Amino acid sequence: MNRRMGTRLVWAVLAGAAADLAGLGLIAAAAWLITRAAQQPPLAALSVAIVATRAFATSKGVFRYAERLTGHDVALRAQASTRERLYHALIPPQQPRHGGADLLSRMVDDTEAVQDLLVRCLLPAAAAATAGLAAVVIGLAVLPVTALVLVAGLVLAGVVLPAGTAAAARRWSARIAPARAALAGRVADLVHGSADLAAYGADEEALAKALAADESLAALERRQARVHAAALAGGTLIQGLTVAAVVLLAQGAGAGSVATAVLALTALVSFEPVLPLAAAGERLAGIMAALRRLRDVRSAAPAVAEPATPAPLPGSPLTVEIADLVVRHPSGREVALSDTVHDSGDEVRSPAVARSGARPAAGSDTLHAGGHGSALNGDGRVLNGDRPARHDAAGDGTAPPTTTAHATAGRAVERSGAADQTRGGVPARPALDGVSLTLTPGKRVAIIGPSGAGKSTLLAALMRLVEPESGHIRVNGTDLRDLAGDDVRTLMTGLTQDPYIFRATLRDNLRLAGPEAGDEAIERAVREARLDGWVERTGWDTELGEDGRTVSGGQLQRLALARALLYDPPVLLLDEPAEALDEETADRLMADLLDVTRDRTTLLVTHRLKGLEGVDEVVVLEEGRVVQRGRHDELVAVPGYYRDLWESEVLTRR
Amino acid sequence: MHKDLLRLMRAERSVRRHLAVTMVAAVLAGLLVLVQAELLAGVLSGRFTAAALGALAAVVGVRALLAWTQGVFAGRTATGVKSALRHRLLGRLRDLGPGRLTAHRSGELVTLTGRGLDGLDAYLTGYLPSIAVAGVVPLAVLVRLFAADLGSAVIVLITLPLIPVFGALVGMTTKAVTERQFRALSRLGGHFLDVVRGLPTLRAFGRARYQAGVIEQIADAHRSATMRTLRVAFLSSLVLELCASLSLALVAVPIGLRLLGGSLDLTTALLVLLLAPEAYLPLRAMGTRFHASMEGVAAADAAFAVLDGSESEPVRRPAPAVPPAGAPEIRLENVTVRYPGRDGAALENVSLTIGPRERVALVGESGGGKSTLLHLILGFVEPSEGRVLVDGTDLRELDLEGWRARLAFVAQRPHLFATSVAGNIRLGSPSATLDEVRRAAAAAHADFVDGLPQGFDTVLGERGTNLSAGQRQRIALARAFCRPGASVLLLDEPTARLDGRSEAAVVAATAGLAQDRTAVIVAHRPAMIDLADRVIRVHEGRVVSDTVRRDRASGAAGDDNSPTTATGPAGPTGSGSGDSAGSEGSGHSIGSASAAGSGGAAGARPSTTADAAADALPSTTAGAGADARPGSTEGTAPGSAAGAAVNPRSERPDGDLASEGDAARARSGERSGR
Repeated sequence: MNRRMGTRLVWAVLAGAAADLAGLGLIAAAAWLITRAAQQPPLAALSVAIVATRAFATSKGVFRYAERLTGHDVALRAQASTRERLYHALIPPQQPRHGGADLLSRMVDDTEAVQDLLVRCLLPAAAAATAGLAAVVIGLAVLPVTALVLVAGLVLAGVVLPAGTAAAARRWSARIAPARAALAGRVADLVHGSADLAAYGADEEALAKALAADESLAALERRQARVHAAALAGGTLIQGLTVAAVVLLAQGAGAGSVATAVLALTALVSFEPVLPLAAAGERLAGIMAALRRLRDVRSAAPAVAEPATPAPLPGSPLTVEIADLVVRHPSGREVALSDTVHDSGDEVRSPAVARSGARPAAGSDTLHAGGHGSALNGDGRVLNGDRPARHDAAGDGTAPPTTTAHATAGRAVERSGAADQTRGGVPARPALDGVSLTLTPGKRVAIIGPSGAGKSTLLAALMRLVEPESGHIRVNGTDLRDLAGDDVRTLMTGLTQDPYIFRATLRDNLRLAGPEAGDEAIERAVREARLDGWVERTGWDTELGEDGRTVSGGQLQRLALARALLYDPPVLLLDEPAEALDEETADRLMADLLDVTRDRTTLLVTHRLKGLEGVDEVVVLEEGRVVQRGRHDELVAVPGYYRDLWESEVLTRR
Repeated sequence: MHKDLLRLMRAERSVRRHLAVTMVAAVLAGLLVLVQAELLAGVLSGRFTAAALGALAAVVGVRALLAWTQGVFAGRTATGVKSALRHRLLGRLRDLGPGRLTAHRSGELVTLTGRGLDGLDAYLTGYLPSIAVAGVVPLAVLVRLFAADLGSAVIVLITLPLIPVFGALVGMTTKAVTERQFRALSRLGGHFLDVVRGLPTLRAFGRARYQAGVIEQIADAHRSATMRTLRVAFLSSLVLELCASLSLALVAVPIGLRLLGGSLDLTTALLVLLLAPEAYLPLRAMGTRFHASMEGVAAADAAFAVLDGSESEPVRRPAPAVPPAGAPEIRLENVTVRYPGRDGAALENVSLTIGPRERVALVGESGGGKSTLLHLILGFVEPSEGRVLVDGTDLRELDLEGWRARLAFVAQRPHLFATSVAGNIRLGSPSATLDEVRRAAAAAHADFVDGLPQGFDTVLGERGTNLSAGQRQRIALARAFCRPGASVLLLDEPTARLDGRSEAAVVAATAGLAQDRTAVIVAHRPAMIDLADRVIRVHEGRVVSDTVRRDRASGAAGDDNSPTTATGPAGPTGSGSGDSAGSEGSGHSIGSASAAGSGGAAGARPSTTADAAADALPSTTAGAGADARPGSTEGTAPGSAAGAAVNPRSERPDGDLASEGDAARARSGERSGR
């Protein structure tokens, strides 16, 4: 948090404290006024108290207003900067981690914790402390011994009780979270698996399981409610007894009716800002957990190390030389995500949306339906503004200024490459184990192999998304490790695994790969990707990305291909472009693709062998090693994986 | 107050009781504040002795007890209401069934039923009790004030209504703006999430850093817009705060002056001072609680929207008929299916008959209505027009449970449950022994299961994510195999996401499964299509071609003649697409003849036929297939797949081939049938 934020925060705290102080002053002045008046002094003796009463009454509301405004301003700023920092931390390539899209939406939810921390915990606590202090000072001035009692009461209600509720909340959330997850899992089974359940007549049983999960969650929640109830009772008790004790002490010390009344009423009122802190303590546990998760994300090491002084970018034509490349993924991963975005994507995605949508007062439905697209789009700047020209950055070989500042931070979900590791819990085996390959200008190479062979990892290594353990990749003689990661990706990129459709117009979704491209270039890319028919039907300005549902798997692949063609990198990488397409579409797309990439330096990862007669080299990977390489006809001629695959493909097609 | 929610609470007895206890405790605690003020004023003015402090402490103790009671019972109310809502929601989801469930956004439903309902906590534990308190306590305070001091009571009486009135006024003027702003805020969150999710894509095209600036700008723009609205919105709290505190001043100052004049005693004065704020407090608390509970109201609205969904309740049929045993005949009569909220029909006027033990492949582009056809047979969707008959009985009159018990179904994206592999496989037959499960897995070529950490006891991750697509597909197939009694097999693209080798395994497995069953298989890949006796092409909700493959049909039960020719009157093509349906229908079922005569049929309906002929077989492979096939049958055939797929072909009457002369031509002819 920067200094200006700090200043704003101080103002918010001051305003809040002033409001509470005014409340305290109001009651103290009124109590003094009344008890003093009962002694029937001259009117002049009361005039100050009368003025004070009115002044406090007026200023209390004004200060409260100021507090709420400044507090929300600070909170919004804090949240924005948390998000910015999180985003910057996520920019460098990430180590793949377990959790997928769900983790991402939780991270985004977590950024809201900062706002809660400020508005619901920090500001009220600071204001309560100030008010309590003021009451204690009044006590000290009038009758010190009552101040002691008051301090004890305030500390109990404002420190001990919230600490207790925070601890209890932490303990309870640890017990409730699994129950909640179990219920969510059961409900998800009922919803996502409804076809399977209905078809197999297992829905009654699944329903019973969900209801049982609900019952055990409810039992835990009922017990948790006791903590809340006890805190409520404790607060009431402490406040009342403190006031009684103050009165007792004051009367015992013969303080007089004026002093006693002032002491009693200030004590009573000083608890008002303090008592809600117990509830704040309950929230604090969740908030701190969220902040801890964010800190973990930010402090995690990035997947690749950036060079201190990046080497200049080699000029084209490019020769890419991969020698003895070994890549090992961090062990202990339990992933296998050969299924695509559509599969796990939309289910996991919606919860976050639904939740943020449930927050506003009304109309949450319309919110989902129409909301996101336009906001994201802003005024078209989102995906589409003037981006710093990539060719410039590429030209002088320096990374944009922000790079170094954030390059060291962060890791999170990054699914590319993840599909290559199929089985969880089996570490050790390198994803790539001594792969060598040379891509000369204009050469097209196809990578074949079963799932988990390391195909996508190879592409990730070329895009500098994973750090090689040994061996190297050289571009015109320059080691990839000496180049800035962003620069590498201006040379080698294309259609990556799990392409993403943003909630933006079709045009913006394409233009992100070529912000300064003219309409002609975009239209050409669309034509080359054989997307033109769909684009005509859909319309350039149609919002896409409503959970990807308006875009079918085939269209999504083609859109991603159009992006890749629009970007037109010196080395085009294509990761299973025909994935998730039906046979006919896949055939057509592959044929088109092989047509379009003629004379482009291309690395194509594919499952489908049809049409590979035209590529210059086919490399067969198995368990991270090159087991076969050569041209299509050479490979078909010898026994091995390639011929097996070819024959079964021919057989299944005929 | 939420009407639906109140109705629900009234209906649940325990909830009603808990809520009543909560409210009574809250109101009693509020009333005790009056007693507390009375005692405190008496002690402070010297009217009561210090002994009254003991009574004060006792009152405080009782208040604490009531607070505890309120807290505990509020918790019970909240969990009770949430459970009741969840029960209804889940029951409703089950009743909606897979067909209509798709109309909802499934992720939202899951969230709503889970975390979404937690939003109700604030409403139930905070807002509802505060209403009761606000309804009783201010009145009680006023009564006491009138008894104590008329002047002060009048001031309070006049200023008190200002709070709700101003609150409502300011609320009304700012409501629209505030809501818009809230929406904008949540959209901002949506945008951020969108960008973060798309980061790999942005990174691939060098746009990641640029987006950081955009995020910043948008956040900033939204913040200043939000602050502009908040400046107005918070005016309400300013007004309320001013009302309350100024009234206190308005009461205190005259009292002081009257004390000075001696027309009022100190006890009363102190009592008024202590009581006056208590008149305003409940109303303000209610306002705050109301705002805090908005999320819960939204959740309740969403929940009741699902519960009272306009979709008609599934009609409970009187005394459903028991479906007959054995492989049934399934007949669709002029069936049209429309999904609510979607233009155009998913299926339009489709008529076809699937004979017992017939194996039918449904082909065509995605979105054409193939899955809908399967769902019709499953009873997931009901026809908007026309009817589905099973052995002559309308599916609507059939006992659905019993009918489904005879089906083995593999969905396009089968759901694996967060339980063991064995548990997933025995989904449809809970009593299956581990041995039967193993056999089913073996039959489905799910041999990888033994390699899993705990074999068949391996618990699958959430949504079965620790398996690959092919593995999940095979578990789902094993599920079908684990229902040996099933007489109908329904498969939705079982090989859609498999590579060549797994595909061969699954095709082989499917061939075994389809044996002696009526099978309807949505297929894209030729190998799967080759399993069928009959290929039905569905396009844009209509059947555009229906081809019986003679060679295969002869392999099936002998009664194939009657059912297949029975398709004639119904028309293999939807009535909309083929006027000459009847005449064509009987024609094709005579396999080779129609293949030879395909030119003539094509003449009748040039476009469809040409399409069908070209599309059904990825024509380019024809040549290659012809070359490679002989080798593969003998040499490298990956298991039984090759055998199953190829054998029938070799049984093909020679005349067939001879009449065509050209092998490739024969194949395309037999597939398209025209």
